[in-house]
Amino acid sequence: MSKAKIKVLGVHELVTVDVNTETNTVVLEGSELSANKIQLDSPITGTVFGTLLNYRGALEGLGETVNEKPYSAPPIAPILYIKPANTFNRNGGAIPMPEGLVALEIGAALGIVIGKQASRVSEEAALDYVAGYTVVNDVSVPHESVYRPAVQHKSRDGFCPVGPWIVDRDAVANPDNLAVRVFINDELRQENTTSNLIRPVSQLLANVTDYMTLSAGDVLLVGIPEEAPHAKTGDNVRVEIEGIGSLENSIVDEKEREWGKQNENSTGSLWRFYS
Amino acid sequence: MKTARVAYGGSIHEAIEWEGGLKLDDGRIVGEKEVTWLTPVEPRTVFALGLNYADHAAELAFDAPTEPLVFLKGPNTFIGHQAYTLRPAEVTYMHYECELAVIIGETARNVKREDAYKHIKGYSVANDYAIRDYLENYYRPNLRVKNRDTCTPMGPWMVDAKDVADPMNLKLTTHVNSKLVQEGTTADMIFDIPALIEYLSSFMTLSENDIILTGTPKGSVDTAVGDVVVTEVEGIGRLVNTIVGDEFFLN
Repeated sequence: MSKAKIKVLGVHELVTVDVNTETNTVVLEGSELSANKIQLDSPITGTVFGTLLNYRGALEGLGETVNEKPYSAPPIAPILYIKPANTFNRNGGAIPMPEGLVALEIGAALGIVIGKQASRVSEEAALDYVAGYTVVNDVSVPHESVYRPAVQHKSRDGFCPVGPWIVDRDAVANPDNLAVRVFINDELRQENTTSNLIRPVSQLLANVTDYMTLSAGDVLLVGIPEEAPHAKTGDNVRVEIEGIGSLENSIVDEKEREWGKQNENSTGSLWRFYS
Repeated sequence: MKTARVAYGGSIHEAIEWEGGLKLDDGRIVGEKEVTWLTPVEPRTVFALGLNYADHAAELAFDAPTEPLVFLKGPNTFIGHQAYTLRPAEVTYMHYECELAVIIGETARNVKREDAYKHIKGYSVANDYAIRDYLENYYRPNLRVKNRDTCTPMGPWMVDAKDVADPMNLKLTTHVNSKLVQEGTTADMIFDIPALIEYLSSFMTLSENDIILTGTPKGSVDTAVGDVVVTEVEGIGRLVNTIVGDEFFLN
C-alpha cells in the first residue's frame, strides 16, 4: 500500500488514502475498490508543463535532422510546453477525437506534482519541493515537426487526462527507475522506463526552476517515450506507471462527447463516504 | 470603465480609476504610488502571438506566417504595473514587446469572426519581453525565452470592451528612459483580433480571463539594467516597468 491523494467528484478537498498501485485499487473505509469504480476528478490544481524530447530514444529518433534546418543544432536547454486548463481530463473521462482526424498520439508521462513554491532549487534539494507523482496522458494530434510550438496539436479540449491519484513522494523510492507502459484495448503497445530520461527528475526541476517558478499544485511532465502509439475512436487507452497507478480513458468522436455524463463503469459518487 | 487589481493595506482589492488615483472596492481613495499593482485580471490560459506584424517579421528576417504563430504562457511570468523585470547578467540581447492584450469574457468555441467581439470583456497592455540569447529551434520561441519569471508585465488597467470603439486602430508606443523606440498601430496586425478568436476557438474552448497577447510591431532594441521601459497603447493604458539585474535576486 502507498499513501496517495485522490480527488473524488463532489468532494472539494483532496482526500488522503491508501492505494495499491499494482491492482490499481484504493482503500476507502475498509473496503478496497478499483479506481475505475470511483468517480474521480483530475487531482490537478495548478499549471501543467510538459517536456519535449527528454527520453534518450526520442531525441535519438530525430537522428541527424537535429543538425539540419530548421533545427540547426541539438537542443541545449529543456524544451517545454503548457497543457492549458481546457485540456484537463480525469480517469475514465472521454478523450474527444477532433473532427477530420483518425488517430491521436498517446503520450505516457510521469507527472511530478509540486508541493511548495520552487524557485531556483538545486538538484540536491529538488525532491523537497515534490508532493508526489501522478500518471498523465499527454495526448497530441500527431505532428512531425517540432520547430514551432504545437498549441494546435497539444491543447485540444480533454487532451490531458491525469490520475487516478497523486502518490506521495515518499512512497516512490526512485522516480528515475519506473516502468512506463501503454495498453490500447488491453494490448501492450509501448514499454519504456524513466531510467532513459536525459534529464532525470531532480535535474529537470533544477533546470526549469532556474528561470521559472513552479507553485504548489503545478505539474511538470518528465517527457514522452519514443514511438508513442496511436489510438483511434472507440479505443480504450491505459497508461501504467510502475509504483504510481493506471490511468484509463476511451477515445470518442468529439460530437459524441456528452458533458457531465456519468462514467458508465462507476457505481456513483463516493461523497457518502465523507458526508 | 477602467478596473485594476491592487494590493493595499495587506489585502487584494479591485479598484477603478478615480480622479488620477484609484477608488478601491471598499470605497477608500488611494494614490497610484500607494498601491502594489497586480495584473488587472488573474490570467487563465494566455496565448501570445509571434510575428503578427509584418514589419516586425521582416525585422527578424522571417516571412509573414500563413497561420498564426501561437505560444502559451504560464502564470509565473506575469507581474503588474510599476514592477521589476530581471535581466540576467549573462544576457546580450533582451528586448521589450509592446502588445495589446485581449481579455476573454465568456466561453468561446467555434466562434466565427463576425461574432468574435461578443466574447471579449476588455483590453489591457502587455510587455512581452524576450531574451534572444536563449532562442533554440524547438517549439520556438520556447519558455526559456518567453515564460521567465517577471518577464511579462501587464496592466495597469483593464478597459471595458464597450469603451474601445475600434481596437484594430490603436497606436502602440514604447519609450525607454523617455526616448521613443517603438511605434506602430494595431491596424497592421497580420491576423486581426476576430481572426485570432476564430482560429483559437476552432480547435479549443476559450474561457473567461483567457488572454490573447496580439503581437508587437517593429522596433526591438536591447535594454539594460536600470532602464525604465514604458509600453503604451492609445486609450488602453501606459505600463511602466524597470529592468533590474541579478543582484536584486541574490540572497
